[in-house]
Amino acid sequence: MAGSNPNAKPMNLTLRVWRQPNHQASGQIVEYKVNEISPDMSFLEMLDVLNEDLLHKGQDPVAFDHDCREGICGSCALFINGRSHGPEKGTTTCQLHMRKFSDGETITIEPWRANAFPVNKDLSVDRSAFDRIIQAGGYVSVNTGGTPDGNEIPIPKDISDRAFEAATCIGCGACVAACKNASAMLFVSAKVSQLALLPQGQVEAQTRVENMVARMDIEGFGACSNIGSCAAECPVGISLENIAILNREFLTAKVVSNNMA
Amino acid sequence: MALNSKAPEGPLAEKWDKHKFNVKLVNPANKRKYDVIVVGTGLAGASAAASLAELGYNVKAFTYHDSPRRAHSIAAQGGVNAAKNYQNDGDSVFRLFYDTIKGGDYRSREANVYRLAQVSVNIIDQCVAQGVPFAREYGGLLANRSFGGAQVSRTFYARGQTGQQLLLGAYSALSRQIAYGKVKMYTRSELLDVVVVDGQARGIVTRNLITGETQTHAAHAVVLATGGYGNVFYLSTNAMYCNATAAWRAHKKGAYFANPCFTQIHPTCIPVSGDYQSKLTLMSESLRNDGRVWVPKTKEMAERVRNNEVKPQDVQEDDRDYFLERKYPAFGNLVPRDVASRNAKQMCDEGRGVGSTGLAVYLDFSEIIKRTSAEAVSQKYGNLFAMYEKITDENPYERPMRIYPAVHYTMGGLWVDYNLQTTIPGLYATGECNFSDHGANRLGASALMQGLADGYFVIPSTIGDYLAATPPKPVTTDHPAFAEAKAGVQARVEQLLSIKGNRTPDEFHKKLGHLMWEYCGMARNAEGLKFAKAEIAKLRKEFWQDVKVVGSGEEMNQALEKAGRVADFLELGELMVDDALDRNESCGGHFREEYATEEGEAKRDDDHYAYVAAWEYTGDNQPERLNKEELVFENVKLTQRSYK
Ligand SMILES: Cc1cc2nc3c(=O)[nH]c(=O)nc-3n(C[C@H](O)[C@H](O)[C@H](O)COP(=O)(O)OP(=O)(O)OC[C@H]3O[C@@H](n4cnc5c(N)ncnc54)[C@H](O)[C@@H]3O)c2cc1C
Ligand code: SF4
Ligand code: FES
Repeated sequence: MAGSNPNAKPMNLTLRVWRQPNHQASGQIVEYKVNEISPDMSFLEMLDVLNEDLLHKGQDPVAFDHDCREGICGSCALFINGRSHGPEKGTTTCQLHMRKFSDGETITIEPWRANAFPVNKDLSVDRSAFDRIIQAGGYVSVNTGGTPDGNEIPIPKDISDRAFEAATCIGCGACVAACKNASAMLFVSAKVSQLALLPQGQVEAQTRVENMVARMDIEGFGACSNIGSCAAECPVGISLENIAILNREFLTAKVVSNNMA
Repeated sequence: MALNSKAPEGPLAEKWDKHKFNVKLVNPANKRKYDVIVVGTGLAGASAAASLAELGYNVKAFTYHDSPRRAHSIAAQGGVNAAKNYQNDGDSVFRLFYDTIKGGDYRSREANVYRLAQVSVNIIDQCVAQGVPFAREYGGLLANRSFGGAQVSRTFYARGQTGQQLLLGAYSALSRQIAYGKVKMYTRSELLDVVVVDGQARGIVTRNLITGETQTHAAHAVVLATGGYGNVFYLSTNAMYCNATAAWRAHKKGAYFANPCFTQIHPTCIPVSGDYQSKLTLMSESLRNDGRVWVPKTKEMAERVRNNEVKPQDVQEDDRDYFLERKYPAFGNLVPRDVASRNAKQMCDEGRGVGSTGLAVYLDFSEIIKRTSAEAVSQKYGNLFAMYEKITDENPYERPMRIYPAVHYTMGGLWVDYNLQTTIPGLYATGECNFSDHGANRLGASALMQGLADGYFVIPSTIGDYLAATPPKPVTTDHPAFAEAKAGVQARVEQLLSIKGNRTPDEFHKKLGHLMWEYCGMARNAEGLKFAKAEIAKLRKEFWQDVKVVGSGEEMNQALEKAGRVADFLELGELMVDDALDRNESCGGHFREEYATEEGEAKRDDDHYAYVAAWEYTGDNQPERLNKEELVFENVKLTQRSYK
């Protein structure tokens, strides 16, 4: 079957892939060749081709995380040629297509590198630290039932839209991988500002920001140095404005808790 | 076994309240003495786990994902229905109920569907309170849109990412209970068997997907919220990991499987582009509100378009056939999914399809762009257009989109009664995993509604009825049934590893998917189904002789995981074919070519087939036994659906 672009020529590529059997073992880059790659394939479909080939040869396929392949679940997480999710801006690995590469190219594929994200195997890392940060306060404390009518509290559209923008973070961890300190500030700030912007979230705003930031430190993420490589590599465009909001919230919380002390 | 739906007696509108009053309650002080296992943390599972923990039960939640935030629910685009009537356009609980029953082609249970419509309004309130940023109007109130052909605007949405926002809301509620220690969360843990002790569900067997360790877990009740099985077709809009294993293992342990052949094919997906294709991407149904569907009027013109001799945008109006507008003047491009899909297929079968494969029709936005502006269109659909361009390398502002139907949703699933309990006492099924509310065809924006209704509002009430009758004694994994189930799981892993054949799990999966799509897809007939049945049986046999998996069971091994899932699909696929063969009528997504009206529309047979087909497993390689739940309609009149 032909692809959407009948003139596109299949490509032959060299892949340099990080292989590591498990968290305890050490890893290394291993070189593979893949041939006849259609430019219409997604990056992960190209890896599928490699894996089918390895399996046929009786070799262990490359482990990597993925699920939706639509850029929304945040599972896929590859560091491609030194960049989180590869060369295309605003794109997750699964939405990156091979037409962005050229015939004969060598592509280096590594997992996210961060102390807080230990490698499970090959290209799959453990991002449960993100879950624990959310558990520290990334919610509104309401139980099921007994909530007021959805239209009881009007929320100005621009506020609601900004909260939505922040809420679109897919929890992929690209920001951490892009940061030389492996800071999780962009991820944390997205949740903090979503909830700080909305009246429903404001009730617990102070404890939330303190607890989430404290958890981030415990998990071993680095400090934020405000360079902004996180936002530049974020596939869904979470903006640095959120970090500003987090800092403001954090200062307010500190002032209040100092006063109370 | 006689199937008792346990739907309460009495007037439709009072059934749920009455039922809630009649069910037994667990004493609040005793709730902490009960353990409940929830498998799956998508919308249906996360909402259930959080709500049950809030009530005081000890919950253990399981997902094969690395985080509960990633379930397939995250990908839902269009919206969630609720009978709020905020738009004052005549909506009501009864109308949502009626639309759902009719849309499902009269193959669902009245009492369940009415309850769904009733609690729909609470879902919105709940989500808003959690901080879900739904779309709003300038006055600050919630916005609605009309969706999937509904005549009222009852769909709540968060741009094209409604599922994401709803799931993150449920995930936040779940995270809070994890922090409180009321939910113990097991990620990257795949259910591989259900443990039944003395006829009651008492636990599960899981495999840790990182270490390979097999574990057993006991509880007083088990809830499966493990999603749908659309990936039996290999290509679908479902996430890659979606699979049938949890439901299928439960089925083999005694849970009946209902209406397996009812699958939904969504009309607007990006067409297949090559053999390497791993999944299909949905283009939201909302696009049909503004896009016009067409193919060239003649085969000759279609061929010239396919060969790039003529650009689609240059095809004259006279040479286009806006087939949905032509055939269904009342509903036009907004006919239900099954009707739109079948018509697209028919056009392609006639040789008028477009794209290099001829398996696509156009969805054209030129008129709305002319009438408003490219910018206005981008405001509404910008993210979808961008996604389309990323995948196809074509600009939909200039050139009509190519779309084709793809498998999207499975209405069938584990049979459940009004309490959402399966035929195994103590085993419940919620969300897409059960069969309950959508009959033979699901309406747009109703799956999210159902998953959250089940999890937030139904299960927390109904599970108490069962638990109250169960002594609050601690449960353990000491019973031999646990060791036996665990040994069975381990033996199967060993078996898959020992075959060392020549074909990969994906190769078997593709072959199965192809058979299902050709013979049990958009159109079915007895001859094709019989052929498929034989082929699937053959393929299954080959699988167990020739599948290739390398490595060991004591490590992260994605090919091994995949092999186990494909093995289950190979069994389920055959049951789907059996079910499609049994149902000698056409209804909703199930279109049997032998049963069509003169105009080629689906022809139901209410006299003989107004039942839920609930299949009972009787042993390996044995034919399954059909049990019927007759559907009783007291509040709606059965009519032939007409969208002309
Ligand atoms: C592209 C797309 C768009 C959609 N858009 C809409 C829409 O706009 N509106 C709408 O109403 N519906 C929509 N739907 C349908 C809807 O998204 C799904 O029906 C719904 O989200 C299913 O939710 P669920 O909780 O039942 O299952 P899922 O979200 O699939 O969750 C299943 C869970 O079970 C776990 N699981 C499964 N098996 C096992 C196992 N063996 N062991 C351990 N864990 C397991 C998974 O890890 C996951 O946590 C859409 C579907 C698709 C494919
Ligand atoms: S902020 Fe962006 S890069 Fe970081 S986790 Fe969220 S989506 Fe990924
Ligand atoms: S696989 Fe889901 S975002 Fe890439």
